[in-house]
Amino acid sequence: MRKCVYVGFIVKNILTIIFRKVTQVTNLIVTLIQGISLGSIYALIALGYTMVYGIAKMLNFAHGDIIMVGAYLIYTSVALAHCSPILGILISVASCALLGIVIEFLAYRLLRRASSLSVLITAIGVSYFLQNIALLVFGSEPKSIPVLFNIPAIQIGNSITITGETMLTLGLTVIIMTALTIFINKTKLGKAMRAVSEDKDAAMLMGINVNRTISITFAIGSIMAAFASLCYGISYTYIKPTTGSMPGIKAFTAAVFGGIGSIPGAMLGGILLGVIEKLSMAYISTQFTDAIVFGVLILVLIIKPTGLLGKQIREKV
Amino acid sequence: MLKADDLNVYYGKIHAIKNVSFEVKNGEIVSLIGANGAGKTTILHTISGLLRSTTGSITFEDKNISHIEPHKLVRHGLSHVPEGRHVFLQMTVLENLEMGAYSMKKVSPSALKRVYELFPRLEERKNQIAGTLSGGEQQMLAMGRAIMCHPKLLMLDEPSMGLSPILVDQIFSIIKDLHSVGTTILLVEQNAGKALAISDRAYVLESGRIVLSGTGKELAESEEIKKAYLGG
Ligand SMILES: Nc1ncnc2c1ncn2[C@@H]1O[C@H](COP(=O)(O)OP(=O)(O)OP(=O)(O)O)[C@@H](O)[C@H]1O
Ligand SMILES: [Mg+2]
Repeated sequence: MRKCVYVGFIVKNILTIIFRKVTQVTNLIVTLIQGISLGSIYALIALGYTMVYGIAKMLNFAHGDIIMVGAYLIYTSVALAHCSPILGILISVASCALLGIVIEFLAYRLLRRASSLSVLITAIGVSYFLQNIALLVFGSEPKSIPVLFNIPAIQIGNSITITGETMLTLGLTVIIMTALTIFINKTKLGKAMRAVSEDKDAAMLMGINVNRTISITFAIGSIMAAFASLCYGISYTYIKPTTGSMPGIKAFTAAVFGGIGSIPGAMLGGILLGVIEKLSMAYISTQFTDAIVFGVLILVLIIKPTGLLGKQIREKV
Repeated sequence: MLKADDLNVYYGKIHAIKNVSFEVKNGEIVSLIGANGAGKTTILHTISGLLRSTTGSITFEDKNISHIEPHKLVRHGLSHVPEGRHVFLQMTVLENLEMGAYSMKKVSPSALKRVYELFPRLEERKNQIAGTLSGGEQQMLAMGRAIMCHPKLLMLDEPSMGLSPILVDQIFSIIKDLHSVGTTILLVEQNAGKALAISDRAYVLESGRIVLSGTGKELAESEEIKKAYLGG
């Protein structure tokens, strides 16, 4: 009898330990998935920063606010004008592309001969301008983005749940990044963009219309920001005029982290940043998350100043 | 074919090119020679539209091209191998060649084949990143890239710069090959002896002015040139 109680006690303890471990592992998996999902939003935004930087050597600080504009456009078209979600997304994507072209013209092409500091300050100016327009039109009250798609969550085992929003974000990012990679590496225009990024005069001598190519790059970057705003909007639902700032800064960090100018670097940097953020939220401290994220960035830049995948190739003489 | 009439080019206050006029006729090899800083590169940049002359005009096949945007010139049949090669270092050899054919609807297989015949090394290395090529290979790539668009006039800015003597000979013999299949050539060189030997005509540039001109042979034999550029 006594033996039985003893064995029972041991079995119970072992089971508890196993159960704890399992919960820990599943918690970790859930956190990782959330991190990758958040990170892929950062990656989408970071791609815009990095492509524009690569081709125009300009830090487009208005880029984050394109997300905010994209989100308000979805809100306006779907919640106010009762368009279908797909139409709303199309309107948002097309308008953001146009906005990118306008920003290129105002903050870059007109300032072609100005110092890079003037260009930077103009971009910050455009950023505040967009935020204030949004404040004027929509007020400071947060607006909520209606539910666009009803995708059921999936359950793996009995403790891992992946929400529909997360799946949509992951799926969309994978598609966009694959398409972008193919576009940059295989198409004539994509190759021309790389050529212009490297050497504008030589690109011109090849017959490439450099101005047009730069303007298309801004448009593509902004389209990705529009998709980021879609993912952001469906996951976080509330938007306000400053909605773009924080993800914008984080994504800029991600672009630098991965190596500014490098497209795979922006993808990697974005996803890592999201994962680090969620992990430190879950296991270290919610309050110090941002400090930890930026701390890791500083560490990486000290060890490898060009970022994770950034590189410098010199001309041979 | 190409006619530059009374060019004056400034970098801010620096007057780099002073009243320069010259001509390249269809089928010729014409050289511009001169010391460092004489203004040779500036002249080629002005023809390509990367710089503008404040006076005069540039005509190519009877069209005034002085105000055409640089990227549109390739379509007129003018191709420019810039000083220092300027290949796209992060792109592959093949991608560089494709960029050379950017102005065409598609990359013509015959042009690619011709480049590979002239520079077999490029075919061996077509998937290599251009930044990892040797200096000589990069020069070959820059030249190959420039002829992908079937140019009528090819402008070469110091193609022999920094190359070993064997490679210099090879580059010059390729220039002759290109010329023999009908490409007109405007050549800028520091290596005056070699340039004059293959040139129909040449112009000598000194601090932004043309100070002498004549056939390649005349200039190669002139005392002044021997003293100043041919080392005796
Ligand atoms: N970007 C520039 N800004 C100011 N001055 C310049 C610039 N580029 C060239 N120059 C000046 O213009 C003059 C002509 O330069 P250019 O490059 O045309 O000479 P070059 O004959 O090609 O010389 P090299 O044989 O050394 O290549 C030089 O005095 C040079 O200092
Ligand atoms: Mg020069």
